[in-house]
This record gives sequence, structure tokens and C-alpha cells, in this order.
Amino acid sequence: MASPRLFRPAARLLSSRLATTPLRPAFAQSACAQSALRARGYATEGGVKEVTVRDALNEALAEELESNQKTFILGEEVAQYNGAYKVTRGLLDRFGPKRVIDTPITEAGFCGIAVGAALAGLHPICEFMTFNFAMQAIDQIINSAAKTHYMSGGIQPCNVTFRGPNGFAAGVAAQHSQDYSAWYGSIPGLKVVSPWSSEDAKGLLKAAIRDPNPVVVLENELMYGQAFPMSEAAQKSDFVLPIGKAKIERPGKDLTIVSISRCVGQSLTAAAELKQKYGVDAEVINLRSVKPLDVETIVASLKKTGRLMVVESGYPMFGLSSEIMALSMEYGFDYLTAPAVRVTGAEVPTPYAAGLETMAFPQEDTIVNQAAKLLRV
Amino acid sequence: MKVSSKNISLPLVIQSRARLPLNRLPSASRSFAQVANVDNIPESDDATFTVPIKETSFETYHLDPPPYTLETTKGQLKKLFHDMTMIRRMEMAADNLYKQRMIRGFCHLSSGQEAVAVGIEHAISKEDKLITAYRSHGNTLMRGGTIRSIIGELLGRRDGIAHGKGGSMHMYTKGFFGGNGIVGANVPLGTGIALAQQYNDTKNITINLYGDGAANQGQVHEAFNMAKLWNLPVIFGCENNQYGMGTSAERASASTDYFKRGFYIPGLRVNGMDVLAVLAAVKHGRNFVKAGNGPLVYEYATYRYAGHSMSDPGIAYRTREELQEERENDPISNLKAKLIEWDILSDTEAKAIDKDVRALVNHEVEEAQKMLVPQTKSDVLFEDIYVRGSEPSQRRGRTVDETFYAS
Repeated sequence: MASPRLFRPAARLLSSRLATTPLRPAFAQSACAQSALRARGYATEGGVKEVTVRDALNEALAEELESNQKTFILGEEVAQYNGAYKVTRGLLDRFGPKRVIDTPITEAGFCGIAVGAALAGLHPICEFMTFNFAMQAIDQIINSAAKTHYMSGGIQPCNVTFRGPNGFAAGVAAQHSQDYSAWYGSIPGLKVVSPWSSEDAKGLLKAAIRDPNPVVVLENELMYGQAFPMSEAAQKSDFVLPIGKAKIERPGKDLTIVSISRCVGQSLTAAAELKQKYGVDAEVINLRSVKPLDVETIVASLKKTGRLMVVESGYPMFGLSSEIMALSMEYGFDYLTAPAVRVTGAEVPTPYAAGLETMAFPQEDTIVNQAAKLLRV
Repeated sequence: MKVSSKNISLPLVIQSRARLPLNRLPSASRSFAQVANVDNIPESDDATFTVPIKETSFETYHLDPPPYTLETTKGQLKKLFHDMTMIRRMEMAADNLYKQRMIRGFCHLSSGQEAVAVGIEHAISKEDKLITAYRSHGNTLMRGGTIRSIIGELLGRRDGIAHGKGGSMHMYTKGFFGGNGIVGANVPLGTGIALAQQYNDTKNITINLYGDGAANQGQVHEAFNMAKLWNLPVIFGCENNQYGMGTSAERASASTDYFKRGFYIPGLRVNGMDVLAVLAAVKHGRNFVKAGNGPLVYEYATYRYAGHSMSDPGIAYRTREELQEERENDPISNLKAKLIEWDILSDTEAKAIDKDVRALVNHEVEEAQKMLVPQTKSDVLFEDIYVRGSEPSQRRGRTVDETFYAS
């Protein structure tokens, strides 16, 4: 199956790209393993640096723009204003207006243009000011970007990256506060990642840009200003994370908490509280990737703990958590000692008033209480 | 360009500077000395008389210009001043509350653009409809929202105009279809409202406002096409405040002649810093549309003093000098100067109006602050997702235990 594909035109493009940029084979398994090994070998306490998610994303963009002339970034306010959320700060000065392009507020148009440029062989990075606005352009993301490679029988690749803040933000009400993980996660042909920490942000964004497929990077506005320690390896320009691999942020034996993006931090805080209050050890899995989903890591964990809880901020119906719970039935039913549970966003358009908004999204105490109930502690 | 006999006096300079919005034209438009004196001003506030509209106020596209005179009353002129002052003071109060961290999220102020909201409201009837984007506080007030209900909404209170559910961008009242947070999305909606008016044969019109940023959105042009194709009673109105977020109109639009963007739809550029010009233009447009002539594309050349939203200081992409210069073309001062010149209002009276308005706004803000926040209860959170009485029997909360069952 594998060898005939090599003769397909799209596969040829892929291999020629690899040949011209031998140092950046992000999607080759060996490269990731190598970088992980290096991390273990050389990381020292002194080499670790506190970096905000914003700066990590900025670094990833700068490194990829630097090393690959085919990449460019376009979107609203990305250049002269330095980004609505300052993720693209300094990029215009460094790379010039050919590589960092301000667009009018016309999502369907510039997203389509990004996809078209990708069809023609460039590697555009298309920033949406938020993914709420990408709904204007979702036809291009799904019908033009995600499906073309398949519809062309593998002839026509589309190496485009869509990125921007997704999900919950504070006080911006219903039209600016929705989580699209499940939307994009359901589409064959797309890959979807969603970082939590600074290492996630840098490694996943770089992997997304290097991946030859359309990749959606769902960031979170509220995480941009948060600082995380970044290992020496992660600070290097060859650092990438594999798409489709989850990370166990906190090992534990009593309960598996699967989470993503901002909810990972909330889950870790909840896990610490569970330990302190009830003496239970929750294992917290940071999914990092929505599609492909790392079912292996989830199932291995639930085999160990026997209990599964999913924490995410999307709508509960037909969502990421529904999918993970369904997969746990399919692959891990016999290992579960209690029904799996989930903590999600509530089924309501995000209200403006602070008190109501709090009730609409998972809070740390919601996670703790639900876990305690599951564990019967 | 169709030029009527009335339009011949329009200085050619405007046409040769077509890319410049009116308020960036040389200082001619700022000097009121040349405004013709108004004769026969009646004593009574209700008696009608005629005031001149400056001939540089309009630029036409396949449309006869509005008359360069406006029939009005002293009462109306004073009300125009009062209403603009009220919007300005309300926005200043919102600015303060935001800086005290009492308003969350986005807060888009319309300071500098008051003449557009006020001029339009005085030209249409309460039965006409209006829709706009997220810079909507002024429109909400003009369409009948109260200051306290608007400020209450900004504070996220239960008695806010949207009961604390919508916030700054999402306010609605009778004849006003909101505040829409998605750039350009309200334009097809406004066209649909006009379709309903035609369908119901109401003989009313829809004012469909959007910004210079939104003017480039594809759906705006789709709406133009269907509005013209079906002869819908709508006046599209591009409120050109010169900046779509931090991007100047020139950097976002291949053509900044927004009033010509309808191509096959007649258009008019109006000096949006002159409330009388806006009022005359919309009155004229309303008659044109009501007569069954199909849609119009208006452009109100105006200026936003504040940043895009409160989080934007609004000085990174424009100079302080530009801002200062634009502030000297203030719509409220412009009208005040005329009213004083015409002896309709004295400086003392103008100050008294401003003082009264300020007291009113302060009082309303105090009242709004007394409003309660919504109770953090499931029945409050989940109410109004669906029309009352038609709700699904259950709505899910964050956990299965928080599932809400309709009683």
C-alpha cells in the first residue's frame, strides 16, 4: 500500500520538500524521537526558562518563517498592529510585508486565499483573530482545505495552517466565546491540535506548519499571558511535538482525567486538591491533539486507574468528551470500574454577566466535586 | 456620475478628491462663517422654518442630491443637540466604568459618531427598522433604550436591556435588531428585515449600518445584489470612521468610495460630522426608497475618537495630531456653533443642556449600579435559549448533575 503512493504526485511533492529541507522533517517519527532524546540528555535546571504562551507561539512563527521561505502569515491586524493579541509581535519588522500580511476583515476571502496559495505549493499560516470569526470562513476550511487532497485522489496537497484563539474568553458573551474543537475534530482531512503550555504551543504550532496537511491550531486567549517553564530542548529551533500524541502531565493511579487546552491547568489544580483533600492520585492527560486523538494513551491510563473523567469547555452534546467516552466504551469498557463522567461547558450560549458565565464553563470546584463523586470519596 | 441641475454647484474639488472622506477635505467644511444666514426664525419651538445644508455635505453616485435646505423647528434643532450630547455623555460614563473594571470584555464606544445615530433617528419613524454592528450604544439609545438599561447591560445586571445576557455588543429594542458581534453579518440580516417589510407591505424602510471594515465583507455584496434584484426598501449605510480596528480604510479597501460600492445601486456620501446633513440625507433617501425605487448605499464620513474597543488605546495606528484635528471637527460643537450663529441657542443655554444631560446620565448610572446581578441559578442561566413554552424538557449543564429540567 505504501510504495505505490510514493509515485503519486502529492507524495512526490512531499518527498521533494523533505529532500530540500532535511533539517525539518517534523512529521517523520524519528525526528520527534530524536528531539525528545536530546531533551533528556541535555536539559539542565539552569537551561529552563519561563516563557509565556504568547512568546512561545511568536517564537514558533519566527523560526518557521526564518527556515522556510514558503511560509507566510496572513490575517487581520497581524502586521502593523503586531497582532490583535500580540502573538505576531515584531514579525513584520523582521520578515517584511511580503511574509506578514495584513488583510481586510474578510474571513471567507483571506482564508480562501490562504487555501489557494497552499494549493499552489506555499505553506500559509492563516490567523483568525478568533475562531469565532472563522465560522465566516469554515466552508473554505472544510470544503476547500480538508477535502481537496482526497477528492484529487492524492494529487493536490494543501499545506495550510489555521490558527488563533478558540473557546472561552472572559466577558465577551455568546458570539465571541465558543469552543470549536468538536467542529474541526469531526472533519476527515483536517488535523487539529490545541496547546495548553508554552512547550505545547511552540511544539504543536511548528508541527502544524510543517505538516503537509491542513492543520487547525486552537489556542486560547486566556493562556497567552501565562508563563510556563520551557526546557532547553524546547527553546531550540528544531523543537517540534508529534501531532496525535497526548502527554501525561501528572501521573496517578486512582482516576484518569483527560483534558485539553486551558482545562488542563484547571484539571491539574483540581488533581492537587483531590490529593490534598482525599488523598487520591489523579492522572491528568493533556490531549494536545484533537485529531488524531491519542486513544492509546487514554486507554492505557484507564486500564491502570479504572476510572475516566473528561474535562473540556465545549458544548456537551456531540462533543470532544462524548467522543472520548464513546471510545472508552469501545476500547476500555472491561477495565472501567465506574461509569465514565465528563465536565464540559453548559448547553447555553455564553452569557455576559460574570456570575452566569462562571456557571457556563468548568471551574476547578466542578472538577473536584465530580471526581469525588466518581471516586465515592 | 449623474449630476442634476441642483448638483452643478457642487465644487469639482470634491470629485477630484474622491478618495478622501469629506471630513478630511480642506478646512472649507469646517468654517461656518459662510453658512447662509437663516431668516425668519419663528419664536415658537414648534414652528417650521428652513435651514441651509452646506453644499459640500454630499457627494452623489447615480443619485440626485438631497435638497440643500432642511425644514426643521427650533425644538428639533435643540433636540438634535441634546441627543448627541446624551450619547457623548453616556459613552463617557461607559468609558469611566470600564476603566473602573466594572464593564467586562468588549466595549466599543461611538464618541465622534453621534451625528450619524442622531441624524438617522430624526429622519425615520419609529416604525422603520434599524440594525447595526457592535458599536451600538448610541443607536440603542436613539431607538428607545434608556440610559440606565444600557449602562445596566454593560454592568451585566438583571435589569439591563438584555437582562445581562448580551453585554456591550448585543442590545435590542423595538425597531432595533441589535448589535451584532460578527463583522458584516448584520448586513444580510438588515436586508432580510427589508424583505419582511416588502413582504408585509408595511411601507417602511430599514436602515442597515456597518463599518468601513465590514464594507469589504463578501456577504455585504451578496446582500447588495439581492436587495437591488428584489427592490428591497433598505438604505445600506457605511459608517466610515476611517479605521477598521487598527487598519485605516485606505489599507483595507481597494476603493474607499464606499457610497459607490453598490455599483448598480445609487449612492450618497454624507458628511457624518454634520447632523443636519445626515438628517437631510436620510430623509431624502427614505422618500426615495419608500417610493419603490429600491435600495441606496450611503456612506457617512465620520471619525471614531476612541480606540476600536476599550482595550485599544487607539493611538498606535494614527497620530495624536490627526486625532486632535478630527476632534476640532466635532459633530456636537459643529451643531452648537450653527445654533449659536442662528441665534437659536445661546452659549449659556448650550452649557445648561450639557449640564442637565450630565446630571441625567450620572443619575441613570447610579440607578444602573443599584440593579441586581442575575441570580446564579440554573433557571436564570438556561432561560430564553428557546422561546418560552417551547423549550426542550432538559438542558445539560457542566455535569450530568447540573442538568436542568424545565418545570
